[in-house]
Amino acid sequence: MSILYVLIPLGLVLVALGLWAFFWAVGNGQFDDLDSPGWSVLEDDGAPPAPRRGKPAMDEDESP
Amino acid sequence: MTRAAEACFHCSEPIPAGVVIRAHVHGRDEPVCCHGCKAVAEFITGAGLTDYYKYRDAAAARADEPPRPDRWSAYDRPELVERLTRAEPGGARSITVLLEGLRCAACSWLADKALHLQSGVLDVSVNPATARARLVWDPARVRLGDLLRVLEHVGLRPHPISGEPAEQLAILERRTALKRLAVAGFGMMQVMMFAVPLYIGESSGMEPEYRELFRLVSLLVSVPVAIYAGWPFYQGALQAIRARSISMDVPVSIGIVLAFAASVWNALTGRGEVYFDSVTMFVFFLSLGRYVEMIARHRAGSVADALARLAPVTARRLRAGEVEDVQAAELAVGDELLVRTGEVFAADGVVTDGSGRVDESMLTGESTAIAKDPGARVHAGTQNLGPPLRIRVDAVADATVLSGIVALLERAQAERPRLAKAADRAAAWFLSRILVGAALVFAAWWFVDPSRAFAATLAVLVVTCPCALSLATPAAIAAATSALARRGVLVAHSDALETLAKADCVLWDKTGTLTKGLIRVEEVRPLRGLAEAECLSLAVALERLSEHPIARAFLASGAAGVTASDVEVAAGQGLEGTVDGRRLRIGSPAYAAGLAAQAGVPAGLDGESWVCLGDPGGMLAAFRVTDQLRPEAGGCVTRLGELGLQSEIVSGDERAAVEQIAARTGIARFESRLRPEAKLARLKALQAEGRVVAAIGDGINDAPLLRGADVAIAMGRGSALAQSSADLILVRDSLDELPETVELARRTQRIVRQNLAWSIVYNLAALPLAAFGLVPPWLAAIGMSLSSVAVVLNAMRLSRGSDDRRGRHWSLERRAEAA
Repeated sequence: MSILYVLIPLGLVLVALGLWAFFWAVGNGQFDDLDSPGWSVLEDDGAPPAPRRGKPAMDEDESP
Repeated sequence: MTRAAEACFHCSEPIPAGVVIRAHVHGRDEPVCCHGCKAVAEFITGAGLTDYYKYRDAAAARADEPPRPDRWSAYDRPELVERLTRAEPGGARSITVLLEGLRCAACSWLADKALHLQSGVLDVSVNPATARARLVWDPARVRLGDLLRVLEHVGLRPHPISGEPAEQLAILERRTALKRLAVAGFGMMQVMMFAVPLYIGESSGMEPEYRELFRLVSLLVSVPVAIYAGWPFYQGALQAIRARSISMDVPVSIGIVLAFAASVWNALTGRGEVYFDSVTMFVFFLSLGRYVEMIARHRAGSVADALARLAPVTARRLRAGEVEDVQAAELAVGDELLVRTGEVFAADGVVTDGSGRVDESMLTGESTAIAKDPGARVHAGTQNLGPPLRIRVDAVADATVLSGIVALLERAQAERPRLAKAADRAAAWFLSRILVGAALVFAAWWFVDPSRAFAATLAVLVVTCPCALSLATPAAIAAATSALARRGVLVAHSDALETLAKADCVLWDKTGTLTKGLIRVEEVRPLRGLAEAECLSLAVALERLSEHPIARAFLASGAAGVTASDVEVAAGQGLEGTVDGRRLRIGSPAYAAGLAAQAGVPAGLDGESWVCLGDPGGMLAAFRVTDQLRPEAGGCVTRLGELGLQSEIVSGDERAAVEQIAARTGIARFESRLRPEAKLARLKALQAEGRVVAAIGDGINDAPLLRGADVAIAMGRGSALAQSSADLILVRDSLDELPETVELARRTQRIVRQNLAWSIVYNLAALPLAAFGLVPPWLAAIGMSLSSVAVVLNAMRLSRGSDDRRGRHWSLERRAEAA
């Protein structure tokens, strides 16, 4: 059972990583518009590799 | 209806009789309704963007006039670019524009593709939910004016937005709330994971070592939830206490803080119970409810934006005889402005020189241009259609009529729904009693069994938290509002849904509501043997030089070919000019006959709906110009009738015109030639009979009617004043969604009642159990959360898609009927 002393911190680290990734995504504007990216897959021509999603409209601190 | 019902390839509106315009699209000739649509369709397909027509799920906005490329030249000026745009790394600039006519995700795809075809465009992000696009471009390679021109060419008229603090605040608020929600959600899941072994360990035994470990880890995970995710509740509670009032936040905060503090103490000392699971779950579900409410609130904010964009950003100021371009923000009272033909007034003022016509439809909904002579007042946001005018500014910025309307609307939006307010009052009453009750329970248990006093008090606080009660109405209204917003129905006052559900009578305005409010040439009657097309082309040649609404009707009907010279305008009567060496007049029958030696107005052409073309030899042709019935109007009236809503027309128009519309829509009751006061009187009479009346209108003359009605509905293209008086706005400018809205409102009321009944029963049942110590805090938290979840899930049934499909199906049927 002492494996718990490894597994629990590991689990916590994973949760922290997941949260960090989510915070990054929110701050990056990934959740600002949930409709139009669905249409971008319809662009079947080899469009110029310009980034489709914009940079965030404002940069905010990622830490709480 | 025969071939006339053929639909425009671009905007899907029926093509008026006698109009033959073809857009050349991929080697095929597709029928379109006007030259504006022709230009847009040809540009879209010419740029290789035909997929737009394949994927769109809403018809495009009708392009009333061909694009006017010169409109955007002003945006090539460096100082304006400097002010409107922001600097980006690498010398690039960025701007946010609001796109008028953006109706579906395919439109945003179109805007995105069309802009990317331009060299020098670095990034485009279009948000269909807010109809805003953010462009980043390289000023060295492309000019802003060119980009805006491209957008207009694809039928999406751009409105540059300079600073948008409100919009940015909303984004920030949304992002922060999402982060807090994520923290609470992740924390809740983790703590649950440790809580289950702890509960099992209670009964089946567990080594103290692991018990300690689980408790400490739960503590660790709960800290960010209690502090970061719970922060808004503490803030709200503090504000409420400072304002000497009691809000939902107060007991919520007390519950969180007490339970958390006790748990921390117990976890650290290793004695007693921990309630980390209750705390995190509580915070998560409350945050979820708040998040849903916030989204609905933000969505409602866009109407005010749409109005605010009406005023232009630049103006021409006259100073010491010189004309200088200045920014609208720099204008001061007393400045003299020169406003050319087609320009929009940047400030309110008085005409000092020149006389012309002004289109005030954006303020009043009146489609006829208003004549303005020296001394007349003009308003910011209206458009000069006549010759250049000089005005002296007497109100700028916030003092203008336009700003007043925007402010009115914002205030209306800030109001909370009546029903929700009542629920909040009930909750506050309930809360103060709960706090007293909890104190009593604590005191009682203190004498009976001090060791259980804390757990029982906590259970009372948590289990009776009336969140289900408070969530019952907002959750249902939020779900209904967002379901309606997806269908293009904007709910400006959410208590309107309650009233709409009870409405049993609808009062209709005619022009602009049952009809489209767009004048079209309906019939061409040649009087001297010319072909119809020839008559039209002569008329168009003359009317091309006028901006009168009737002239627009001719331009939209197409056929040009020849040009006119020496054109003179006779104000209020018509135009005179030379076409192919022949002197012609177009206008009212008497005016057109004026060129001929013996004036003969043919019989049967009286009234305003006839425009005549004449030359020195007499009358050439007569054109009947009328407003078109909306194709969906008849079906809508029938459906409303099935739902128990009786329709009646109250119109200011002539009896014959109203009678015809009434017959075609199947409305039995109608009244004509009513002044606004008379409309209101009719409304009051109906209300006096005890009926709940809905009113639908679009213009300023309907504003009193809308204000008096139990529930007011405005058309999306109607005047701002009508919209600010309205509870519901049909954004897509179509009646299609109205019956569905009524049905949804009724279902919303049913669900609100179910929710309220359920949460009251739950709270009443749980309170005694908790007070007698029969409910451990964890069970209280689960019960409380489940009751909230039940309420929210019940409300979510409103936003499910099944009815959406039915709505679409119905509108397809309706289109088939019209064809």
